[in-house]
Amino acid sequence: MTKEKSLPESYYQLMEQIQAVDFVLVELTLYLDTHPQDLDAIKQFNQAAYESKQLKNQFEERFGPLMQYGHSYSSYPWNWKEAPWPWQV
Amino acid sequence: MWYYEKKLQYPVKVSRCNPTLAKYLIEQYGGADGELSAALRYLNQRYTIPDKVVGLLNDIGTEEFAHLEMIATMIYKLTKDATTEQLVAAGLGEHFVNHDHALYYQNAAGSPWTATYIQAKGDPIVFKDTKSTYLFGRCFFIFH
Repeated sequence: MTKEKSLPESYYQLMEQIQAVDFVLVELTLYLDTHPQDLDAIKQFNQAAYESKQLKNQFEERFGPLMQYGHSYSSYPWNWKEAPWPWQV
Repeated sequence: MWYYEKKLQYPVKVSRCNPTLAKYLIEQYGGADGELSAALRYLNQRYTIPDKVVGLLNDIGTEEFAHLEMIATMIYKLTKDATTEQLVAAGLGEHFVNHDHALYYQNAAGSPWTATYIQAKGDPIVFKDTKSTYLFGRCFFIFH
């Protein structure tokens, strides 16, 4: 009944790095929503956003698109729909 | 407009099948103070709340869907390999008859999610939001 395919260690490591930096981005977003004048926080946010994009480029090169509707590129054949989906990891 | 990112907000590791745990965890999925209620409540509140708070409600509501997905992943992993006998023993026999191994938006007692969960309950920001966050924290405290 399990449909999980086995993934390389690098998948989990890279994914965890992305999740860590994206957590910073979520927290800073919520903070900045009510503290728009905090320049240091904005600098930290943009730095983390850059880092997130770098990590995700690496991830997507190996494991396929993370975002839909054109926020990630596709390879051939179309691989957006491929497993694993997050609840299968 | 919403976009989906194909990753969990935090990793979810489940080492063994445990339908009993899933039975209680579903409260956080489709219960009155669970993640679905939180997401739909905040996103619905956006339209008529003061401008300076719209961004916050938008972003929290969006994040709640990420939480919903993590809860769903836990429930899915806790039950996906359960036999019928294990499900019945955990009190999920009726659920199995209706839904097989599929998840359903319901609370721990089996009542389906309803929009009445997001009726006004006092001050929309102060009371309801803190209550849901408290439940979220309490569930994780218990199940860790």
